[in-house]
Amino acid sequence: MDLTVLWAFLIAFAVFAYVVMDGFDLGIGILFPRFAPGEERDQAMNAIAPVWDGNETWLVLGGGGLMAAFPLAYAVILPATYPLIVAMLLGLVFRGVAFEFRWRDPAHRKYWDFAFFAGSLIAALAQGMTLGALLQGIEIEGRAYAGSWWDWLSPYTLLTGVGVVAGYALLGACWLVWKTSGSAQGHAYRLAVRAAIATLVLLGAVSLYTPFLDAQYFQRWFTMPSFFIASQVPLLTAITAFLLFRSLAKRREAAPFFLALALFLLGMAGLGISMWPYVVPDTLTIWDAAAPERSQVFMLIGIAITLPLILAYTGWAYWVFRGKVGTEGYH
Amino acid sequence: MFDGADALLLARFQFAFTVSFHFIFPAFSIGLASYLAVLEGLWLKTGKVLYLNLFRYWLKIFAIAFAMGVVSGIVMSYQFGTNWAVFSDKAGPVIGPLMAYEVLTAFFLEAGFLGVMLFGMEKVGKKLHFAATCMVALGTAVSAFWILSVNSWMQTPVGYELGANGQFLPGPSWWDIVFNPSFPYRLVHTVIAAYLTTALVVGAVGAWHLLRDRTNLHARKMFSMAMWMAALVAPVQIFVGDLHGLNTLEHQPAKIMAMEGHFESHPEGAPLILFGIPDSEAKTVRFAIEIPQLGSLILKHDANAPMAGLDTVPADEHPPVGIVFWSFRIMVGIGFAMLGLGVWSLLARWRGKLYDWSWLHRAALVMGPSGFVAVIAGWVTTEVGRQPWVIYGLLRTADARSPIAAPAVATSLIAFIVVYFAVFGFGTWYILKLMGKPPRPHETGVGGAPIRTAGITPGPTQNPGGSGPLPGGEEER
Repeated sequence: MDLTVLWAFLIAFAVFAYVVMDGFDLGIGILFPRFAPGEERDQAMNAIAPVWDGNETWLVLGGGGLMAAFPLAYAVILPATYPLIVAMLLGLVFRGVAFEFRWRDPAHRKYWDFAFFAGSLIAALAQGMTLGALLQGIEIEGRAYAGSWWDWLSPYTLLTGVGVVAGYALLGACWLVWKTSGSAQGHAYRLAVRAAIATLVLLGAVSLYTPFLDAQYFQRWFTMPSFFIASQVPLLTAITAFLLFRSLAKRREAAPFFLALALFLLGMAGLGISMWPYVVPDTLTIWDAAAPERSQVFMLIGIAITLPLILAYTGWAYWVFRGKVGTEGYH
Repeated sequence: MFDGADALLLARFQFAFTVSFHFIFPAFSIGLASYLAVLEGLWLKTGKVLYLNLFRYWLKIFAIAFAMGVVSGIVMSYQFGTNWAVFSDKAGPVIGPLMAYEVLTAFFLEAGFLGVMLFGMEKVGKKLHFAATCMVALGTAVSAFWILSVNSWMQTPVGYELGANGQFLPGPSWWDIVFNPSFPYRLVHTVIAAYLTTALVVGAVGAWHLLRDRTNLHARKMFSMAMWMAALVAPVQIFVGDLHGLNTLEHQPAKIMAMEGHFESHPEGAPLILFGIPDSEAKTVRFAIEIPQLGSLILKHDANAPMAGLDTVPADEHPPVGIVFWSFRIMVGIGFAMLGLGVWSLLARWRGKLYDWSWLHRAALVMGPSGFVAVIAGWVTTEVGRQPWVIYGLLRTADARSPIAAPAVATSLIAFIVVYFAVFGFGTWYILKLMGKPPRPHETGVGGAPIRTAGITPGPTQNPGGSGPLPGGEEER
């Protein structure tokens, strides 16, 4: 097995784990103003307070892992998306501290609630736009980014940015459906339906736009024989979407969240079909950017030992805080 | 309007700003996590509610400091790529895996158990909760291990090979890379610094409440514990710092020359310059107050040993002498002040007046923030002293930056400064507010009311520590 391929999958796994976990808590931040101050907001906050820090650690693993496994990709993508990365980081600062600060300062709670919302929104938008910027291509000369600091801004990146915002909102609403009760849950059901519609429309738009960015993407999706494999993705997406709406209509509690995750997984699969084997489309393959074998092996040993443990105790932490959150905050 | 040199300076300032701000929080949370583990352990061992109250009191403060450490730390993991892309590309194969190990073995551990530590006492029981606290404390220490290994490799790079594409590639032994020559000294010196910093903060809070009410048992306990720490650990730290200095003399002599203000070589033995104003233009220290031969005695353990000066180093490899000279003196001065405080407290303890000498309490109060000043001064010394290199002797800082235009770096720098001062200013204010209140006999947890989920309602038997039902709602909300 080629270690570089394995590492590409491991980084993809870290990104997916991040999207799965931080996606729903960023989504709750995005939806936060829609919940009434007081009980509803406190419940929404309590649904993620014990786990948000662990969720964000996957982002650090994604960044650190990319630097370790594909240093050249890290060194090219980050300068190319510089303002987006900085905006994301500052957004995460605001939302991260809001978890603690809103309880410590009742007089300014509404400001920290706004910081939680705005920080989450900016972080999600920036992440989506970074993805779009990567897909639309990055100008490289030698081993360095060669474009200007605004190259990332385009209608396409705005579309991917809004798409990720909608997707995270869907995950957040579904998580709240699962974790809350009473008026907050009712509210979450309504928001989940709207977010699901928005997500699917935007996902469709991005999917139709992407093949026309680049001849290679077009070829992947619309020529034989790869068409047969690629066409399974939209097909499965349609089925998943149907099941999602049905589960929301039937007031299922856990199913919507997992179906929303399945949508994201399909989105990742589509991304993989478009990009493989490039890490920066059209310019850098995973082998161009890969760290030497010694670095790959050393980290693989660490991954093999720690990843099962991490998944085990992360799972345990979720298990400890299972069930519905109460209406009384824990602050 | 801008050129490359401006962009370089701005990028350096951005890194210095974000990393200095960030390090304030780990410097506190590394020590505080261990202190919390000790408090909870003592509570479990002795059953004294006093320890539980202190645990809960400091846990609330820890929660805020930790959150600020996390969010400012995420920024750091992306600073390498945004502003220092060439460095990331070249050094990534060597230091990237070490940072990945930090995430895998430390960050996940801290984050995974933090939720249980903060909110889970009623859900998992005392022993498992204590285990979670220990895991968080362990995580903070392991994190220090890896990131200091990375920094030390940049100071004393070994065990690498040079690739045809200009990258630094790992050699056959990762052990050599991780345990590079300056790492053991830097690790011990930094971790002790974190413990001392926390001890001084705890001591200052204890002193503050003793000054208001010297019968407060909680204040007495934390003051006493903190003063033991200062008295016992400050001398160890000075000793370790000396060893670290000798290690630096061996591997980065130019840094020591800058710290000492040794522009000229001293073939007959170097003086120790206590104070003075280094003038890099004239290559001399003005108004120097110096003790002859003492520099050689300290650094070479021989008063007449010859010491080379910056005149033996090419001018384009000189670190900025003024900054390093002063930051080093600030750090050392505070270190000795800590020692003085520790000795004073021993004297008071011996006389049975530890809780009565209000001047001791005032001194401890004033010294409260000094640990932070000392650690930042120490980092300034070692990082500025490494210049003009980012990887010592191999890659110049000027050659390591991203191809980002100065306006982009300037804009983001301003954004970081504004946001950090606003957000962390509020955070510090909240921490000070919590510290301003004395610990109470029925101290509440991080939440005044425990988290309750459907089906699990903590009954009296599930309440830990026999401290009685938690007074939910009493907490300020």
